[in-house]
Amino acid sequence: MIPSLFDYVRATSVAEAVSALAGSDDAKVLGGGQSFIPILRLRLSNPELVVDVSKVAEMRGVRDDGDALVIGSMTTHHEVLHDPLVLQHAPLLAQATGTVADPQVRHRGTLGGALAHADPASDLPGVALVYGAQMTLVGPNGSRTVDAADFFLDYLETALAEDELLTSIRVPKLGAGWGTHYEKFNRVAQAWSIVGVAAAVRRDNGHIAEARVALTNMGSTHLRAAATEQALSGAEATDRAVHGAAQLAAEGTRPASDQNAQADYREELARVLTHRAVKAAAGLS
Amino acid sequence: MTTTEAKTDTVFGQPLRRKEDAHLITGRTKWVDNIQMPGMVHLAYLRSPIAHAKISVDTGPAKSYPGVIAVYSAADFGAEMGFMADAWTCHPDMKKPLNPPLATDEVRYVGEPVAVVVAETRYQANDALEAISVDYDALPAITDLEAATADGSALVHEALGTNQCYHLQTPGDSYEAAKAKADVVIKRRFRQQRLIPSAMEPRAVVVVPTVDDFTMYSSTQIPHVLRVLLALITGVSESKLRVIAPDVGGGFGSKVACSAEEIISLLIAKRLQLPVKWNESRSESMQTVHHGRDQIQDIEVAAKSDGTLLGMKVDLIADLGAYLRLFTAGVPLFGAAMFNAIYKMEGYQFNCQTVFTNKCPTDAYRGAGRPEATFGAERIMDELAAHLGMDPLKLREKNWIKHEEFPYTTISGSVYDTGNYEAATARAVELFGYDELRAEQKQRRESKDPVQLGIGVSTFTEACGLAPSRALGQLNVSAGGWERAEIRVTITGKIQVISGSTPHGQGHLTSWSQLVSDKLGIPFEDIDVLAGDTASSPQGLDTYGSRSLVVGGSAIVKACDKVIAKARRVAAHTLECDPDDLEFNAGVFSVKGSPGSKMLIQECAFATHLAHNIPDGMEPSLNSAYTFDPINLSYPHGTHLCAIEVDTETGFSKIRKYVAVDDVGTVVNPMIVEGQVHGGIAQGIAQAMFEEGIYDSDGNLTTGSFVDYLVPSAADLPSYTTDRTETPSTDNPIGAKGVGEAGCIASTPAVVNAIVDAVRHFGINDIAMPCSPERVWRAVHEAKQAHPHGGAAS
Repeated sequence: MIPSLFDYVRATSVAEAVSALAGSDDAKVLGGGQSFIPILRLRLSNPELVVDVSKVAEMRGVRDDGDALVIGSMTTHHEVLHDPLVLQHAPLLAQATGTVADPQVRHRGTLGGALAHADPASDLPGVALVYGAQMTLVGPNGSRTVDAADFFLDYLETALAEDELLTSIRVPKLGAGWGTHYEKFNRVAQAWSIVGVAAAVRRDNGHIAEARVALTNMGSTHLRAAATEQALSGAEATDRAVHGAAQLAAEGTRPASDQNAQADYREELARVLTHRAVKAAAGLS
Repeated sequence: MTTTEAKTDTVFGQPLRRKEDAHLITGRTKWVDNIQMPGMVHLAYLRSPIAHAKISVDTGPAKSYPGVIAVYSAADFGAEMGFMADAWTCHPDMKKPLNPPLATDEVRYVGEPVAVVVAETRYQANDALEAISVDYDALPAITDLEAATADGSALVHEALGTNQCYHLQTPGDSYEAAKAKADVVIKRRFRQQRLIPSAMEPRAVVVVPTVDDFTMYSSTQIPHVLRVLLALITGVSESKLRVIAPDVGGGFGSKVACSAEEIISLLIAKRLQLPVKWNESRSESMQTVHHGRDQIQDIEVAAKSDGTLLGMKVDLIADLGAYLRLFTAGVPLFGAAMFNAIYKMEGYQFNCQTVFTNKCPTDAYRGAGRPEATFGAERIMDELAAHLGMDPLKLREKNWIKHEEFPYTTISGSVYDTGNYEAATARAVELFGYDELRAEQKQRRESKDPVQLGIGVSTFTEACGLAPSRALGQLNVSAGGWERAEIRVTITGKIQVISGSTPHGQGHLTSWSQLVSDKLGIPFEDIDVLAGDTASSPQGLDTYGSRSLVVGGSAIVKACDKVIAKARRVAAHTLECDPDDLEFNAGVFSVKGSPGSKMLIQECAFATHLAHNIPDGMEPSLNSAYTFDPINLSYPHGTHLCAIEVDTETGFSKIRKYVAVDDVGTVVNPMIVEGQVHGGIAQGIAQAMFEEGIYDSDGNLTTGSFVDYLVPSAADLPSYTTDRTETPSTDNPIGAKGVGEAGCIASTPAVVNAIVDAVRHFGINDIAMPCSPERVWRAVHEAKQAHPHGGAAS
């Protein structure tokens, strides 16, 4: 398919991109294009203006900011996956990024693009929830910070305003005692998740002191498995205890029924995968 | 990997690297879309978004769009565009709906072409589609195969008065007689889901007109057949039409077609006297390139309690989609003589009902009828084995044709020339570690391991090289089964092979070079192939049905024999001896008993071209042609074994081990054969586990992109262990049996049998294809709820 006609601006700075967005009532931001280009080609979106930010240098790269990493939104999945700081301080992000699509997509697609697109089947928003990441948004009136928990609003909908750009993601370091794991379930390797589970667990003296569990594709947006997290808090670090807590993983979720999975199957997958993810994060398997 | 050792004394049988690959992997291919012509204009089609509707079309508003040269609907062509062709009247009462290339007053599937824009650029052509106004007055969409045949069903084609194309019922009561003697009768319903061929290169057409003739470049498997059909449909003389299939990026049967877009492209080039190009998008391809499979199979087998098979009865319902394409109606019948497979039995009955629905037409897709039949046979054999408590391999061994019984006339009337099922199976069992895996399966069952192991068996045969022509005539197929080749010998002793069989990825250039080098003793490097162009290779029947080597290769061998006979006369004349006193070996004629007296075949070529001193009355040319019409089909076979781990908590199936031992007769290039086997197995696994073309009840294709239509990649597939046994065919001079489709015919039942075997102890005896994780999980989940204590026996 062929997109309909649009104007195109390749921005070289955040300021230039923000200004271009402000100058149009019907503009879309192009990052790595791995979701947006197919949408354009299928004519599901017909914007007047496409603002390409993939080459904005200040929106790329990973830096150490003391208790957190700051990752430019246009850093590609491939760069994230192989970045020594990410591997050291945010291994869950690296692991989940490694499951995104295939190597060609990972060389083009970006972390910020995946988060801003907010597809509930994407692997990375759940990771952002688990880390408590903070999004830096820049618009005509300056910049603001939004917590991941407040960023993902609904299906393909975020806190980003029409004239705002996601410029960077701040990923807090979890520190000592934490283990993490991402468990993804899909039918073919390059497909979206049918269900995914991101887990981070802090162990303390044979117990689970704290657990964060986020679910991919169990609703119109990514969700924390609150009941499971609560049950794990203070629980013994045993397979039995984890299994019991994981049985609560689908509580409060509203998974879709589609060609890949009916809702009840997704709920069962959430329980099984949560069990496996938490066990792995807690070093029990 | 293949463990069979390669021969070393000749290029024949060696795994030589493909001559084709250097230009393929360095991007120097000539795809249709690479072709640029001065002044070329571009076509885009408006397609129906509605499955069934009366239409009225107004193309007017689109004509004023930027760059638009013309906009046409059916009314603009009228009778000039003719009707789409079908090539097989396979039943005397067969109903044939008329199918104009552009819809006239009614559309019958989503994607059916309604109008076409001609513009200066591809972008402008696509933009103008939105300005064409079509009123769709919706009619009921017929999507359910069984409901379509019920009394009072709405009709796809009102004029036919029925949704049934034909209902074939074979006469005779041999099955009922066999059944009367049976201890055991089991019956199963299997579903062959709809598949969407996904060639890497979608279809594309360029037509270049001159004053009164036309050159068409098309991504087709059948340039020769296409030329004839276009001539018959459009009235453009066959002699004024040249069809070229340049590099073609795969077909799998989907490019055995004379498409609406090819017809319309030719008519527009003729009308406007401009070069035109049409290039299909992937979305269009998935909606409109003919689909494959889509059958409901009711299969019954009767046996004695010791496992002796007595008979089989097959009742098919096949979904033809909205219209007939070349072999749409006949594809189910390609399986008519194949459900009995490699087994001996006393009774056999094959019935087939074919039905129109408001979906994309179906037609030949890799295997075409034989995968369906093989699946039915190999699945029901596993079911019978389970019912009798027998090992599935033992049951097969008890019933298959023994190697000493060939040639063997099967219950359905085929004559299998050669085969050795014992040898292929023994080798497969050895490579697989069958007994060890069965022991592990037992252990996993006993320990109630959440990951269960299943073993699937497929001892398949199939039929390749559709022939002989006379038999096709008796079946009312509007085509012959021969193939033509010509050997041109140049003055410097190089060879051009003119091949009627047209490659689209098979490696003809390499295999034909090996065949000719072996026959004529001319170096592999000195041999070229001209194919896929009706100007340089005017006669041929092209490539499908695993026929190229079996039929086309045989024509080459026979043509080489004629070259040698001519060269022998020249050599004898030069060496002053009797032609019968000459030996020919590795390109050298030598006088028996006088080894110093020799002449190279290249020297014969040079002497012939000079024609200064050749035998009196001899035509000064070594060039020779042969048209080979085989006396029978060929019957490759093999044993595929598959071990699958099924995670019963999620339903995820992972292929742990896959062993394929194929007997495709004599092999020219084992690397090419292995490539075909690998790709075929992948395609068969895709049917077993991943791919499914789904329409909703309104007739919308809901798997219209690769997001929803799951084609597996290398990451989803195992490494295969492959080997071969070689039992040459006696029905062609090479001994080859065909390999293009074997892998996908064999592997689908092996995989499904393995998945069912892994969970059979829960009381499960079938899982519908594709065996998705959800289907497997749901089967296990429901079986556990029905038998909460897990006591279900097989």
